[in-house]
Amino acid sequence: MRIGVFVCHCGSNIGGTVDVPGVAEVARAYPDVVFASDTMYACSEPGQAAIVDAIREHALDGVVVASCTPRMHEPTFRRTVERAGLNRYMFEMANIREHVSWIGKDREANSNKAAELVRMAVEKLRLNAPLYPKSFDVTKRVLVIGGGVAGIQAALDCADGGVEVVLVERESTIGGKMAKLDKTFPTVDCSSCILGPKMVDVAQHPNIRLYAHAEVESISGYVGNFTVNIRRKATYVDWDLCTGCGLCMEKCPSRKSPDAFNEHVGVTTAINIPFPQAIPKKAIIDPTACRQFVKGKCGVCAKMCPTGAIRYDMEDEIVVEDVGAIVTATGYDLFDHTRYAEYGGGRYPDVITSLQYERLLSASGPTGGHVRRPSDGREPKTVVFIQCVGSRDRSVDRPYCSGFCCMYTAKQAVLTKDHIPDSRSYVFYMDIRAPGKMYEEFTRRAMEEYGVQYVRGRVSMIVPQGDTYLVRGVDTLMGEQVEVPADLVVLAVGAESSRGAPQLAEKLRISYDNYGFFMESHCKLRPVETNTAGVYLAGSCQGPKDIPSSVAQGSAAASKVLGLFARGKLESDPQISQVDVRRCIGCGKCITTCPYGAIEWMELRGETKARVIETVCQGCGICTVTCPQGAIQLQHFTDNQILAEVNALCLS
Amino acid sequence: MDVTNLETARDESFIHAVMEESGQDLSHCYQCGNCTAGCPCGFAYDIQVSQIMRNLQAGRKEKVLNSRSIWLCLSCSSCTTRCPNNIDVARVMDVLRHMARREGRGAERCVTTFWDAFLASVRKHGRVYELGVVANYVARTGRVLTDIDLLPRIAPKGKLSPLPHGIRGRDEIARIFQRFEEERTR
Amino acid sequence: MNLAYYPGCSGLGTSREYERSTRAVCAALGVALKEIPDWSCCGSTPAHALDHTLSGALSARNLVGAARAGCEAVATPCPSCLSNLKTARHRMADDGFRAAVGRLLDEPADALATLPDVHSMLEMLVTRVGLDAIRAKVRRPLAGLRVAPYYGCIMTRPTDVMRFDDPENPTSMDDLLTALGAEVVPYPYKVECCGASYGVARNDIVARLSGRLLGAARDAGAHAVVVACPLCQMNLDLRQPQVTWPGGHAMDMPVFYFTQLLGRALGVPESELGLEQLCVDPAIAFRRAEQALAAREAEKAAAVRSGKATTVRASAAAGQDGPDEAGRAEGGRA
Repeated sequence: MRIGVFVCHCGSNIGGTVDVPGVAEVARAYPDVVFASDTMYACSEPGQAAIVDAIREHALDGVVVASCTPRMHEPTFRRTVERAGLNRYMFEMANIREHVSWIGKDREANSNKAAELVRMAVEKLRLNAPLYPKSFDVTKRVLVIGGGVAGIQAALDCADGGVEVVLVERESTIGGKMAKLDKTFPTVDCSSCILGPKMVDVAQHPNIRLYAHAEVESISGYVGNFTVNIRRKATYVDWDLCTGCGLCMEKCPSRKSPDAFNEHVGVTTAINIPFPQAIPKKAIIDPTACRQFVKGKCGVCAKMCPTGAIRYDMEDEIVVEDVGAIVTATGYDLFDHTRYAEYGGGRYPDVITSLQYERLLSASGPTGGHVRRPSDGREPKTVVFIQCVGSRDRSVDRPYCSGFCCMYTAKQAVLTKDHIPDSRSYVFYMDIRAPGKMYEEFTRRAMEEYGVQYVRGRVSMIVPQGDTYLVRGVDTLMGEQVEVPADLVVLAVGAESSRGAPQLAEKLRISYDNYGFFMESHCKLRPVETNTAGVYLAGSCQGPKDIPSSVAQGSAAASKVLGLFARGKLESDPQISQVDVRRCIGCGKCITTCPYGAIEWMELRGETKARVIETVCQGCGICTVTCPQGAIQLQHFTDNQILAEVNALCLS
Repeated sequence: MDVTNLETARDESFIHAVMEESGQDLSHCYQCGNCTAGCPCGFAYDIQVSQIMRNLQAGRKEKVLNSRSIWLCLSCSSCTTRCPNNIDVARVMDVLRHMARREGRGAERCVTTFWDAFLASVRKHGRVYELGVVANYVARTGRVLTDIDLLPRIAPKGKLSPLPHGIRGRDEIARIFQRFEEERTR
Repeated sequence: MNLAYYPGCSGLGTSREYERSTRAVCAALGVALKEIPDWSCCGSTPAHALDHTLSGALSARNLVGAARAGCEAVATPCPSCLSNLKTARHRMADDGFRAAVGRLLDEPADALATLPDVHSMLEMLVTRVGLDAIRAKVRRPLAGLRVAPYYGCIMTRPTDVMRFDDPENPTSMDDLLTALGAEVVPYPYKVECCGASYGVARNDIVARLSGRLLGAARDAGAHAVVVACPLCQMNLDLRQPQVTWPGGHAMDMPVFYFTQLLGRALGVPESELGLEQLCVDPAIAFRRAEQALAAREAEKAAAVRSGKATTVRASAAAGQDGPDEAGRAEGGRA
């Protein structure tokens, strides 16, 4: 072979603690190395040009670059050698930055180690073979999981881009948390007024197929070719017949059913349409509250329904959809404030969450937009807002900031003044985080124009006193303990990952963090991609964020999908396992251990052997260590290649 | 109130000593004030507990060890229970008391005198002789009217023993105290 | 299981009736107590406020005594003793601390490596004997008695040391009192400090804090306050005339040790419960209970006479209306 070695200074990043020219000098003497040089920035344009020139000039057939981590520039350099006419897999990288220069300052030790790593790369390269990716078809349809504002945006952008969208939403209506809001900051726009048109667009778009009251059951396949099983949960109402007239709601005798849409500050009927602008505007029966289900006798809605849409015997149904990409936009849930026993632990009826308060403020809420205390229906005159309930709090394992609570609290305080002009609101805060456009100005308006009293300090406890609540806090700026007799207390609860997020992540085979938020590929540069090809993220499922950011991510994810599909065909990664049928004894151990189901049985001249399904294999290598015969090998990481590296290190 | 020079006012070794003895990392405190908000005795403090923590972060040894607050702390642990950063604030207050006593400081004389009287009783008898403690306290402070209104209320209940309850092993207790003092002076 | 008993110094004096009633109910419930031989003072707050090694040594002597007596656990009625003993045991895990304590004691240091665990008497009764067993033995239910359960600030805090019940809203005493037939009123200051040992040196602190506790109990409609701590009891009962509270007039709020009410409900002879040693007359509470019961009876009789079915509970009819629990507009439950 004719191998060329390029050792990079990376400015002083590597050159500062490694004798780069020295390493290149040593490398010149390695077997099969005919050319070695040091370079200032290998990845730069002149740096890459130098590699291309050297390949041509010295008729190199393999290249080693000793520089940063392959995660950084392996794709870059593979393209470089490809431009010079080599197969991209005739290239190896030695990481002498993250693994050498960044972890120690001993120049001699570092240079030795760098030289050894280069040697290992050379020995491996000597055993490399050209590999050729295969191309495969792509199903140009996208699955969007979650019909909140992020999912809605992603769906609309994909649909407008000509791609068919399958939108799956767990609740019986799309809209997510945004549909529950009364107004949005910083413009105090009516939430359903701005979201409503988008929701209708989703319903009417010819490219969007909406499955509401449905969940993803299972996913198989790989980028470009996913097969998704969707469970359409029984609504007990035939949605093809239901017109959303609402007569069933008027007549239903079971009037004290749990009202999840209104965050349980009100009650609803067992058969209900969650809110007037629901999409789809169809009724659904809660079987735990419906008398027909619980007691076996009622049937009023079935009698009353003008289209005969009621179906008590309806069952869940599984539908299968084929898609080429998936966008998860599953949103968030709110922190369970009952964990703060010092705030009543859920026992005080007038200590409510921000979202519950939002429903009280909303004209389509249980009180018709009149702010009333849940305990006695009186209008509160003193409202206390407490920020950071379940955020920035290590003691409840929520150290992070939820990012939108300062803003929504200011908004709610402003709205309180609008609804109840003779009221006074207090906000207990630690810091005010208002980073977005016009956000700081909005919080100042709350303080300056709406007379909201901001008190810098936490609240230690809430003590019921007669029919008010004594809120005991502190004003750290005055250095005094303070108390406020409140009629209503609103807790600015923090965001957490959506219920069931980790389980969905397992189905999608994407990573999630300790808190159940899905992990992006790179926290700075790749916020909407995951490390699983074909699966993208949008919105709060990736981390708490406000509406503009959610919408932006929805569009960003859509652009990734459209980009993926623009190519028509996709290339499969050839760094996958392959079976040497001469060595394979057909024991099937690899088939059972493969986590992706990427290996299957095949008949070959009357004998049973294993075969790798090339498009499914993810190149994890588990099969190679399982095989007792060493018959299945991971291309580009064969046993011999790895052993060559080990020998290079240990025997030289 | 003069301008504080943050560089010169900072006693770095004091900060380290507090952190080491209490096992708490003062940098975790983000001054939310929850401890102050819930402190039942805050009304009597000269420096609120969250401000004590702030002064500790700034290394203000004199200010903290000379405060009255540390002696009025009830050791009720409300602060520790509610701190969002899991700081054992009550333990920090205890450590400040230890340090103050080692240096002979104690801004609230009555409190330190009462505690000394209590421990003197334990040292002498092995168990607390309640009447003896009060008598000792009154003698040292001169506050002869202490709880005199309670005397007619408790006297008929037959609970207060006129004599101490000594234990067989009271010398063991005395030795504990003695060794403690020796270790201190060493 | 061999249970060691650590009475605590006040048990011999100002909280004598707590000590007596504790022994009486343990006997009645078959809980054998083995008093730690020649036990000594744990040092309470004055010791731990002076030095943790001194405090640890004073506590450790007693734990070693319990271990020597062959006991696997120690029970004590006083939360302050509990806190000191438990904290000492908790810190013994640290080699340095153990060695330092060892230097102060007569004992060899390795006796300190395994010390018995310590529990409150409340915990012992509620978890070892159990509410069902206690309920079965109730002979004289505390019918009509409305009580405010006051746990005091240290029994359940700090959580990593005390490891019992809830630090903000404990319910073990509530459950026990309910099992005895009493009515527990919602009490917002269950763990708020009464002023602890500051009655002598800073009487104003106790006056204010205990005053607030008593006022809240009265506002909650309690006939009596029930406590599990000698210092709380002394501050609320003995010092009741000293407290300041917005009510103005005389308080007259009896303050029982929970063991006294437990004993009474179990039918233990009153002579063993020390009720006469309480300062505020306990009979006031029992009279209030009787009056409350009589008033309730009178109401029922009047309702029956006037033919109104007011006592028929709404839930019987509402059973057809779906889950009542969720139906109520309780803002607190999300």
